[in-house]
Amino acid sequence: MSVAVSNPIPVNPVEKYLRMERIPHIWCPGCGIGTALNAFIRALDEAGFEPDKVCVVSGIGCTGRVAGYVNLDSFHTTHGRAIPFATGLKLANPELKIVVFSGDGDLIAIGGNHFIHAAQKNMDITVICVNNFNYAMTGGQYGPTTPISAQTSTAPWGSYQAPFNLPKLAESAGAVYVARWTTYHVRQMKKSILEALRKKGFSFVEIISQCPTLYGRRNKFRDGITHMEWFKEHSVIKDHPIPSDINLGFRTETIVGKFLDIERPTYLDAMNDRYQRIREEKGV
Amino acid sequence: MEKESTTKTPPKIKGEVFIKKERCKGCGFCIQFCPSKVLAFSKEFNEKGYHFPEAVNPDACIGCNLCGLYCPDFAIFSVREKKSK
Ligand SMILES: Cc1ncc(C[n+]2csc(CCOP(=O)(O)OP(=O)(O)O)c2C)c(N)n1
Ligand code: SF4
Ligand code: SF4
Ligand code: SF4
Ligand SMILES: [Mg+2]
Repeated sequence: MSVAVSNPIPVNPVEKYLRMERIPHIWCPGCGIGTALNAFIRALDEAGFEPDKVCVVSGIGCTGRVAGYVNLDSFHTTHGRAIPFATGLKLANPELKIVVFSGDGDLIAIGGNHFIHAAQKNMDITVICVNNFNYAMTGGQYGPTTPISAQTSTAPWGSYQAPFNLPKLAESAGAVYVARWTTYHVRQMKKSILEALRKKGFSFVEIISQCPTLYGRRNKFRDGITHMEWFKEHSVIKDHPIPSDINLGFRTETIVGKFLDIERPTYLDAMNDRYQRIREEKGV
Repeated sequence: MEKESTTKTPPKIKGEVFIKKERCKGCGFCIQFCPSKVLAFSKEFNEKGYHFPEAVNPDACIGCNLCGLYCPDFAIFSVREKKSK
């Protein structure tokens, strides 16, 4: 067996965006959050923003730990409140690129109201949601993204509530960019995050992820690879997908892709336009 | 930069893969999703007790960096080099 190892090993280009002193991260072997973070870093690198002008905001949860690992200005906020913090940052400092990176429970359960209102206002932020279908950090409880009949620690006989369709929710609330990929789709994920970062307005990328430790093992996905192979086999890519066609069933095929990419005035643009007009009318 | 002289056979894209074995958690994503079957688990363990990947077929590496994109632990990546056949 031969091993291709040159000496010394060059530095992985993602390292400059990470607080390497905190690596290894806490995520379990086979977890998808690290892959999602990896795609985000590469998209950020390609976008070419000045690192000083980028700020990452997370809430609480396994995914929420992202804020502590990026070598950027970042906020690890209270549970569910990443979007209000991000909104405040954007309004106080409009030239910043604000990225919210958090979990499905944080953004859509406890933080669901903030999510729809930031989309309604077309707040100029990018929201990346790692959807692992459960509240992983607290022990694998079911939440508003758990598919019907999936088992969780609090649904031992299977969940019986229809889950939220996140792209549909984002679109109907007012987002201007919506995409959805799984952790299998690394290239597409990176491209969508890049597009979302470059988009003006409320951009949303859902990343369907495995959580082998708490969700996967209860649902016959015995490790990360098994779940990713399942994503690979059961994801349908369409030319012009629409959110209402996404199937949210347990172990059913599901649609991934870019669902929306439109233009609409952001909150700040609309506000400034309005005040400008009023000033002109009143001659002040 | 100098222009490469045109050869009959198109240049074959070649890559080199680098592995930081101490950082690996043994998830196997890089091995599973490498399109050229370059990688396999080593029989050795790292300090954390995980089997890490090694390049068992390094000449087949095309430098696509899919391993680098999949790795949740930033433990592997590749560099692409152009080699005219
Ligand atoms: C106000 C408040 N309520 C509840 C909790 C407990 N809690 C911590 S993380 C979490 C859910 C995390 O789920 P998700 O956002 O999906 O992240 P994951 O761990 O799955 O990545 C909950 C309920 C808390 N920290 N604060
Ligand atoms: S509990 Fe689940 S989501 Fe949390 S780090 Fe482990 S695998 Fe990832
Ligand atoms: S760069 Fe591509 S071909 Fe080379 S080891 Fe990684 S995945 Fe395999
Ligand atoms: S993807 Fe990364 S952590 Fe997983 S086996 Fe390969 S090198 Fe190790
Ligand atoms: Mg979750």
